[in-house]
Amino acid sequence: MLEVLIFATLNGLVTGFLLFMLASGLTLIFSMMGVLNFAHASFYMLGAYAAYSLSLYFGFWTGLIFAPLIVGALGAVVERYGLRRVHQSGHVAELVFTFGLAFLIEEAVQFFWGRDTKNYQTPELLDFALFTLLGQEFSAYRGFMIAISIGIFIALYYVLTKSRVGIIIQAAITHPQTVANLGHNVPLIFMGVFGVGTALAGLAGVIAGPVLTTFPGMATVLGSIVFVIVVIGGLGSLAGAFIASLLIGLLQSYAIASDVGMPDLLNLLGVSFDRSHPLNDLWTISLPQIAPLLPFLLLVLVLIFRPTGLMGKREE
Amino acid sequence: MLKVKDLHAYYGKSHILQGVNFHVGEGEIVSLLGRNGVGRSTTVKTVMGEVAPQGSIQFKGEEIAGKKSFEIAHLGLGYVPENRDIFPSLSVRQNLVLGMKSTKPHGRWNIEEMFRMFPNLGERADIHGGVLSGGEQQMLCMCRTLMGDPDMIMIDEPTEGLAPKIVEQLAVLLQEIANRGVSILLVEQKLSIALKISRRVYVMGHGKIVYEGSPDSLLEADDVRAEWLEV
Repeated sequence: MLEVLIFATLNGLVTGFLLFMLASGLTLIFSMMGVLNFAHASFYMLGAYAAYSLSLYFGFWTGLIFAPLIVGALGAVVERYGLRRVHQSGHVAELVFTFGLAFLIEEAVQFFWGRDTKNYQTPELLDFALFTLLGQEFSAYRGFMIAISIGIFIALYYVLTKSRVGIIIQAAITHPQTVANLGHNVPLIFMGVFGVGTALAGLAGVIAGPVLTTFPGMATVLGSIVFVIVVIGGLGSLAGAFIASLLIGLLQSYAIASDVGMPDLLNLLGVSFDRSHPLNDLWTISLPQIAPLLPFLLLVLVLIFRPTGLMGKREE
Repeated sequence: MLKVKDLHAYYGKSHILQGVNFHVGEGEIVSLLGRNGVGRSTTVKTVMGEVAPQGSIQFKGEEIAGKKSFEIAHLGLGYVPENRDIFPSLSVRQNLVLGMKSTKPHGRWNIEEMFRMFPNLGERADIHGGVLSGGEQQMLCMCRTLMGDPDMIMIDEPTEGLAPKIVEQLAVLLQEIANRGVSILLVEQKLSIALKISRRVYVMGHGKIVYEGSPDSLLEADDVRAEWLEV
C-alpha cells in the first residue's frame, strides 16, 4: 500500500509539473492578450516532433536544447506577424486565429512527419532505475522530468518576481501604456513572453514525447486538460495554475493507482445489485476507469461553486 | 527643449486640440493652465505619443510627432500621468526599478538618493505601492519617472487630491528637479503652485493656447483669469 502511495505521488508530480510547464506559458499569454491561445498545446506537440527529428541525427540532448529554442522562435514569429496584426480586430478574431493555427500545426505535423507514432526514445544515459522500492522501479527519466520541471518552475518564479525583467512584464500586463511611457518597448516584451511561453510548451513536449508517445493527436490529448487547469486555477493566475496542475496531476495519478470502484462503495452502503441488470456496467465501474474524466468533473464543480477559479479575481 | 507648433488631435470625430503652440526652454518650469476639458491632458498625451498627433512636436531639435511612446521616453522626455498609475502589487522599490530604462546607473538620480529626499518612501521601500497615501503615491510616481533620467518631465495635475502641506513639499521638489537641469511642463488647474514656481505660464481654452505670459502678468490680467481660469 505504501509503495503504491509513494509511486502514485511521484507519478502525479511528474504529470503535475509537466502540466504546469504548459499551463504557465498559457497563463502568461492569456494575461497579455486577454484571450486563450488555443494553439498552445500545438507548440507542445511541435516541441516533441522537433526534438524527435533532432535526436535522430544529433541525439536526445541536442533536441532537448534546440527544439524549445526553435519552437520559441516560431512562437515569437507567430506573435509578431500574426497575432499582433489580428489583435487590432479584437478578441474574437484572435481566438479564431489561434483555433486556425492549431489546425494548421496539426496538419503540418501530419504532412511532414506522417500519421504514425514516432519511436522517440528516452536517452540511454537515463535508461536505468533511479531507485527500487518494495520491488517497484522508478525510472531515472521520470526523475529527470521532475528535476527539469522543478528547475523551470524555480527559474520562472525568480524571473517573474525578483528580476527587473519580471517586474517590467508584470507591470506591462496590467498597465502597458504607463510602462511604454517609462521607456520600455511593450510590443517587444509581449513578443518575448509569447516566445518564452511557447518555448516552455515546446520543452514540455521534448521531455514528455518519449513517455507519453509522440503522435499527431498528442496536442488534443493534453491541450484540453491544460485549458481545464488554467480555468480551475483562475484565468491569468500563475499561482493558481501551479496549484491546479499539481492537483490534477496527483488526482489522476491516485485515481489510476487505486483499486476501488462502485462495487466497493455499494458494499459499504450495504446495497446489493444484480449482475444481469442492464446498468451492470455502471455498478461495476472502477476509479481508474473514470480517472481521465476527473479533471473535467473538477472543472464543472469549480465553475459551479467558484466561477473565478481557485486564485482568480473577479473582473471589475 | 520642447517646441510644439500647430498641434491638432482628435478623439474619434471630436477635434480636441485645435492648433496648440507652446515651447519649454532648458531648465525652465512652464505651466499649462486651464479649466477641465480644455485639452491640457490631451496635449501632454499627444506629445507623449499616446494620442495620434497632427502638427509638429520637436524635442531637443528632433521631430517626435508620430514616434512611439517608448521611443520618446528614450529621447529623454518623462511623463507623470494624472492618475499616477502606481503598480499596486509591486513594492515601492520595484516601482522605482521599473522607471530605470536600463540596468546601468544613471547620472542624476538613484534609488538611495530618492529615499534620502523622501524618507517616507524609504521607510516603505518594501511595502506594496497600492497601500501608500495619495501624496506618497504622487511622490513615488514622480521619482519613478526621474529614475529614467529624463531631460524634461511633463506632470499632469500633481496636486489633485493632495493636502496643502504635501503641495508645498511638491513645489520644493519641483524646484529641486529644475535646479538639476530638468525642464518641467506642469499641467495644473490650481493657480497657487503654478504661479509660485513657474517662469512662464500658458492658459488653454477650447483646445488652443489663449494666453502666454509670466506669472506676474497673469496675476494682473483679471480678464484672462475671469474668462479662462476662474470657476
